[in-house]
Amino acid sequence: MLNSKIPAGQLDQKWTEYKGHCKLVNPANKRKLEVIIIGTGLAGASAAASLGELGYKVKAFCFQDSPRRAHSIAAQGGINAAKNYQNDGDSVFRLFYDTIKGGDYRAREANVHRLAEVSANIIDQCVAQGVPFAREYGGLLSNRSFGGTQVQRTFYAAGQTGQQLLIGAYQALERQVALGNVAMYTRHEMLEIVKIKDEKTGEEKCRGIIARNLITGELERHFGHAVLLCSGGYGNVFYLSTNAMGSNVTAAWKAHRKGAYFGNPCFTQIHPTCIPVSGDHQSKLTLMSESLRNDGRIWVPKKQGDNRKPSEIPEEERDYYLERRYPAFGNLVPRDVASRAAKERCDAGYGVGSSKQAVYLDYAAAIERYGKIECGKLGISNPSKEVIRKHGVDVVKEKYGNLFDMYEKITGENPYEVPMRIYPAVHYTMGGLWVDYELMTTVPGLYALGEANFSDHGANRLGASALMQGLADGYFVIPYTIGNYLADEIRTNAIPTDHPAFVQAEKDVRDRIEKLMSIKGTQSVESFHKRLGKIMWDKCGMARNEKGLQEAIKEIQQLKKEFWSDVRIPGGIHEMNPELDKANRVADFIELGELMCKDALNRNESCGGHFREESQTEDGEADRKDALYSYVAAWEFKGESDWQLHKEDLIFEVAKPTQRSYK
Amino acid sequence: MEHYTMNLTLKVWRQKNSNDKGRFETYQVSDISSEMSFLEMFDVLNERLIKEGKDPIAFDHDCREGICGMCSMYINGRPHGPWHANTTCQLHMRAYKDGDTIVVEPWRANSFPVLKDLVVDRAAFDRIIQAGGYISANTGNAVDANAMPVEKEKADAAFAAAACIGCGACVAACKNSSAMLFLSAKVSHLALLPQGEPERKTRVLNMVQQMDKEGFGSCTFTEACEAVCPKEISVTNISRLNKEYLAAGLSVDK
Repeated sequence: MLNSKIPAGQLDQKWTEYKGHCKLVNPANKRKLEVIIIGTGLAGASAAASLGELGYKVKAFCFQDSPRRAHSIAAQGGINAAKNYQNDGDSVFRLFYDTIKGGDYRAREANVHRLAEVSANIIDQCVAQGVPFAREYGGLLSNRSFGGTQVQRTFYAAGQTGQQLLIGAYQALERQVALGNVAMYTRHEMLEIVKIKDEKTGEEKCRGIIARNLITGELERHFGHAVLLCSGGYGNVFYLSTNAMGSNVTAAWKAHRKGAYFGNPCFTQIHPTCIPVSGDHQSKLTLMSESLRNDGRIWVPKKQGDNRKPSEIPEEERDYYLERRYPAFGNLVPRDVASRAAKERCDAGYGVGSSKQAVYLDYAAAIERYGKIECGKLGISNPSKEVIRKHGVDVVKEKYGNLFDMYEKITGENPYEVPMRIYPAVHYTMGGLWVDYELMTTVPGLYALGEANFSDHGANRLGASALMQGLADGYFVIPYTIGNYLADEIRTNAIPTDHPAFVQAEKDVRDRIEKLMSIKGTQSVESFHKRLGKIMWDKCGMARNEKGLQEAIKEIQQLKKEFWSDVRIPGGIHEMNPELDKANRVADFIELGELMCKDALNRNESCGGHFREESQTEDGEADRKDALYSYVAAWEFKGESDWQLHKEDLIFEVAKPTQRSYK
Repeated sequence: MEHYTMNLTLKVWRQKNSNDKGRFETYQVSDISSEMSFLEMFDVLNERLIKEGKDPIAFDHDCREGICGMCSMYINGRPHGPWHANTTCQLHMRAYKDGDTIVVEPWRANSFPVLKDLVVDRAAFDRIIQAGGYISANTGNAVDANAMPVEKEKADAAFAAAACIGCGACVAACKNSSAMLFLSAKVSHLALLPQGEPERKTRVLNMVQQMDKEGFGSCTFTEACEAVCPKEISVTNISRLNKEYLAAGLSVDK
């Protein structure tokens, strides 16, 4: 039975009650307790810093050459917090409610409320660390609004918010390294968790990891009283995504195979505004911040297969399809809705660009609007079109300059002159390891934080909420909840790593690596990854149906066989070997892909980013089925291609589910 | 934008590990699309090398959107290649034409030892941050974020300095392998903010000491660092660093 350990009591008192009654560990005992943290993004770095400050002995691991490189760094838009600095009616409750509704009622109320509660502390903490958020002339913090909300609660640092937050957490982490509280292991990848039976309780607890030094190829054993997986999301299962090249599911997947249930694996977020694929050589996709939809207008030609240049298509022959379909929210509908609408138009033959898999994001109207306002401010009467345009371009440049530059670097086109071409791309995964209220997985002593867990975003994440969750988990949740577990571990001495469980785990990892290297087949790791990505995108992407998912499961099983009999990995084991690193990761992605399809097949409803074609209304909108699917699907690994489904029912006491409408 | 394809000659630094002497090897690549990124061109070459049973070229890369700071190629004598304010991963092949020869090396600096091929060890940067590149604010200590207003101009300048991605191009470009632009960006970021005030003097002294210990060279202000910085970090930060260092050295109570 799944026990989510949600504290009793009123929703807005649960966290306060919990903090008031959870067990504490005294400072002398904290020094004896060791914690392993995998990943140094916002969740991992903030957890490592905070636990180090508390006095725990922390070991942190990342596969990059420095903890500062983790992919949280690439987040552009901002971070939400219920500060209500703008006096526009925001509150903890509203942030909670928007997040639950935005997630299409597939998240746990208690977790989301806690997230909203601590959101304000995050901003305070970051400012104290020197995070240079945007400010007004009076010296106070600036806010902007983001898709799907009606208040201005997003804090930002130009288009580099993730970078600035991560550097804040990274610096706090490096400070703890300098103080000797955190030992940092860069260019290391976790390849197994180690479980050891507790002699008193008989429970199998997570007691450490096997990691591979990516420079020397050596395997290392590390003991920990607890292990925290802060290893991010698994969007790269689609091959092409906005994730970094190294982002992977390996740590989470190893844990899953060792008993940690995987929650809602099919919940993936396809972000509507990314730069389209340009050819087969493409290795990754680049996101254009959602903030662009605040001012840009999205359209396609009204005529199918229209090959005219955008400037040659007159206004009345353009279809502003979001404004047409969703007059209330227009271009600001949530991400899942905007993405599906773009796909619908392209599938129907209205796409633009050479691939026809793109729509226009047009700034001409915004440039004119801002230009007129500027001319008004400057007292220019009867300005010419050129003068309006010039002033308008200046305003747009100040607001979105870095994004426009990025677009031009990639495409070679000037977005001030021609509309940008955009298309949805895989961006974030709401699913992840199932965790209880304390962020513990179904393996005692093993936790999952940030994007690696499933908990706070339901079936669709709102913009500027990922950074908030990563930092909430690391700075303000885990420091309390881990104590509640470790308080009972103060008598557990560090277990020597020559314990049979460590020896066996290391042997399993070594055997697997040797097996991979011994295949000596004909196809590269990359080619398998590309094929997996295509199956996933075509059949488990923006729209899914029973037939496609069943085909996908068969194709993935076939791909897995082929991978394990024909992959070619050059180089050796005891050296730096990026191809071997990649092979380890792709092998896990293949297994995850199968589970995602199984989960998508099981959930015969449409909710958030998960759209089942069988479950839609007459006019093509998502049809959520609360009576049947108001649960978290938590999958238990039973063996190869074999999983058992456990359900955690979602109970909504405060935010009563309604069908989302943005019309 | 007109697309085209090209054939190129690549001269790439190959080095098995940090003990190996290393050498250039020449590769011909054909049918490279102008729409590819520079690293995708390397992907294509590596796929071919794997097919041919050869060792692919190791290079650092991760986000491939110019923000993580991991990519680090020294291309035709310039860190991150020919484009202004750009990282290697953002460089696209339309910067080149058919028949071009491109020489690709790792960052060259004693403090950044080569690990393999084009991959170097930049842990020295992390150790400089450990020496003082932070504000000591334990989780939970913070006052309300708006309790201390910050002059917008200073906040903007702090942000401009904080935009550093720690890639090390500044060191690679410098004839002395100096890390002054990197260091000055961090000192400036934190010295410009009121939250950084209490540790202002010890921070700069300790970080400079660590930089020297790591073996980075001295700054002779040629401004080569600023010219190649992907985030356009200004050398005025180095002037600020010098001022901070001098002031701290003269007034610190030790």
